[in-house]
Amino acid sequence: MKWPAALLALSLATLGGVMADARLTAPPVADAAITGTAFPAKLSEFGFFADGARQVPAARVYPYALNTPLWSDGAEKLRFIYLPEGMQLIADGEGLLQFPVGAAILKTFAFGEGAERRLIETRVLLRRADGWVALPYRWNAEQTEATLALAGGRIDLVTPAGEAISYAIPNKNQCKTCHASSNKVTPIGPKARNLSVRWMGDMLKAGKLDRLPPGGATMPVWAGYTAKSPAEPFARAYLDVNCAHCHQPGGGASNSGLDLRWEQSDPHAFGIGKRPVAAGRGAGENEFSIVAGHPDESILLYRMASAAPGIAMPELGKASVDKQGVAVVGRWITEMDQ
Amino acid sequence: MNRLALAAALLASAAAAPLAAETRRIEPAQGAAALQEALILAAPGDVIELGAGRFTLTDGLSLDVDGVTLRGQGEGKTILDFTTQEGAGEGLLVTSDNVTLQGFAVENPKGDGIKSKGADMIVYSGIRVEWTGGPKATNGAYGIYPVESTGVLVTNSMVSGASDAGIYVGQSRDITVSENIVTYNVAGIEIENSRNALVENNIASRNTGGLLVFDLPGLPVMGGGNVILRENVVSDNDTPNFAPPGNIVASVRRGTGVLVMANDGVLIEDNAFENNPTAHVMVVAYLQKFDDARYNPYARNVIVGPNSFGRGGDDPQLEGKEMLLAAFGGALPPVLWDGIAQGDTGLRIAEGVTGWTLSLKTPGQSIAEASPGPLMLTPIETWEFPEVGAPAALEARLK
Repeated sequence: MKWPAALLALSLATLGGVMADARLTAPPVADAAITGTAFPAKLSEFGFFADGARQVPAARVYPYALNTPLWSDGAEKLRFIYLPEGMQLIADGEGLLQFPVGAAILKTFAFGEGAERRLIETRVLLRRADGWVALPYRWNAEQTEATLALAGGRIDLVTPAGEAISYAIPNKNQCKTCHASSNKVTPIGPKARNLSVRWMGDMLKAGKLDRLPPGGATMPVWAGYTAKSPAEPFARAYLDVNCAHCHQPGGGASNSGLDLRWEQSDPHAFGIGKRPVAAGRGAGENEFSIVAGHPDESILLYRMASAAPGIAMPELGKASVDKQGVAVVGRWITEMDQ
Repeated sequence: MNRLALAAALLASAAAAPLAAETRRIEPAQGAAALQEALILAAPGDVIELGAGRFTLTDGLSLDVDGVTLRGQGEGKTILDFTTQEGAGEGLLVTSDNVTLQGFAVENPKGDGIKSKGADMIVYSGIRVEWTGGPKATNGAYGIYPVESTGVLVTNSMVSGASDAGIYVGQSRDITVSENIVTYNVAGIEIENSRNALVENNIASRNTGGLLVFDLPGLPVMGGGNVILRENVVSDNDTPNFAPPGNIVASVRRGTGVLVMANDGVLIEDNAFENNPTAHVMVVAYLQKFDDARYNPYARNVIVGPNSFGRGGDDPQLEGKEMLLAAFGGALPPVLWDGIAQGDTGLRIAEGVTGWTLSLKTPGQSIAEASPGPLMLTPIETWEFPEVGAPAALEARLK
């Protein structure tokens, strides 16, 4: 869990000496693997990493972090953006950065600290001419290679919270379940509002971002939350990042009518006094998504606090409960005007 | 791993030179991963055939390729067993168009059975979704669950044990639900916030409520109507409501045959009703408070035509039951209306249809203000109703 925080302090120019050496000697990223039509069977075919096991990126593969990240059973996440030579990201207000054809986004999931760290999977989003393609790659036990896992898979592991879980690697379709907007695959994470000013500034200076967008870096830094922080921005950021990829118009849960996007300002739309539609037993004993002042009567929190399939939300990428997420969203509901 | 590599190679070649549609057969012994891979690697037009036997699944399956047929050896022979499911919100999720699902069973999914979302022109035929432990609140919500789709045919299928609706069609258009058997669900068949739906020749028995037609506020798609319920057998719907409390169907009274809530245009004719102890037919406005200017809470243009009404209304789950039964001579007449009409669009009945009304006036009015009495409507002799249902191409696909 230390990596993202460390990453924030790590400017693009100050990579360690060993890393820099590896990057200099590594072959360039295989652009044809990104833009072609096939699904490469091995992650190494892309050449995204100078040293895969240590997650040392190759040239033009830029690490980044999100202010408020998606929680995935406490996995450490190592995020990278690849940009082909001479290309840059285009800012689009506070929203998703626009990626040129040939770009890629990578996210590696790892558990364990230091020498005990094990890479589990690397999820790859490829920007091809006809749109984005999402592919999951599963690391082998030796940590020497990751192999395409179209059908996903499961692996037993222990979370940082000490819970033994069956961790699910999503299948290719499940990638799209979250990464879809109006039935097209789309990135979720790198929105300007959820990136740091420092990172965007570094990218701008390096010529890899066209400008600093207004409305950038407005979401709070989740790791900086304390009991003195205002609950609302943290809770709304958390719900946006963890839930709104489905819970928005055009998303996978659009038929619920629940819209948990950061920018949604209608209290009924984001759940206050809203009755469930297709929640089934996910509603528990409760009648509304959110009952102001009463987290214990709010379906939204009930489902966040459950790990049981059929009740638990999110439906994918969760085998245990994010206690801090539940605490922050619960505090937000508790403090609401009734 | 070899299989994965092979699959990737197959796909690479398929992408390079599109192949003609093909049939690929998956046997249970090949396992869940092989099945999911086949669903991912299918090309439009392909048939994926499932062998006989039991597939044991720990995760939900999904299909996102247009024009694929997923076909088993029959609902009694090919079984997708989700008893040990650990993740995903449903057994099978379909998000592509022109898909045909045929001849297999889904057992004990932790959430919904088969969900198809934004999947136009879909056919479910000869499917069984069953929670094998009988009706329980811990069962999944919906058995067969098409939503936000245009062109839906659900036929010759069975659903049992759903803690919400057995067959639920939501926020969709141009729908036929025919020749299905739905038992021991809270709601047998539910048409919600949908238009142009034909529900015919189904058997709805031993549910809490047989056939439900709802229009609810606050959803992306509203304005439900043009629904025909015709030639269904709606009998013995006497299972106590086992829905989790927060859900709209938790308010359905045990012993309801047909329940229409809100909607514009519902025709109920030529059905056989028998032994629905609360009411064979119930027509009501939306009951709860809402804040949605787009929404109309009235049940408008609902017609109860000729139907066969057998014994019923003799053990209603209603407040003041004893008094009501005494007043109506031991059994309530077949049609219960809340009396809430918007202008002249209130309930209409054919000659010979009897009922009773709560004589309420406005949506949301407390039932404490009801003054029950016999239904005194002038029967209508003729009526016009649009032809509704799924496009003929869906039925033709099964021939």
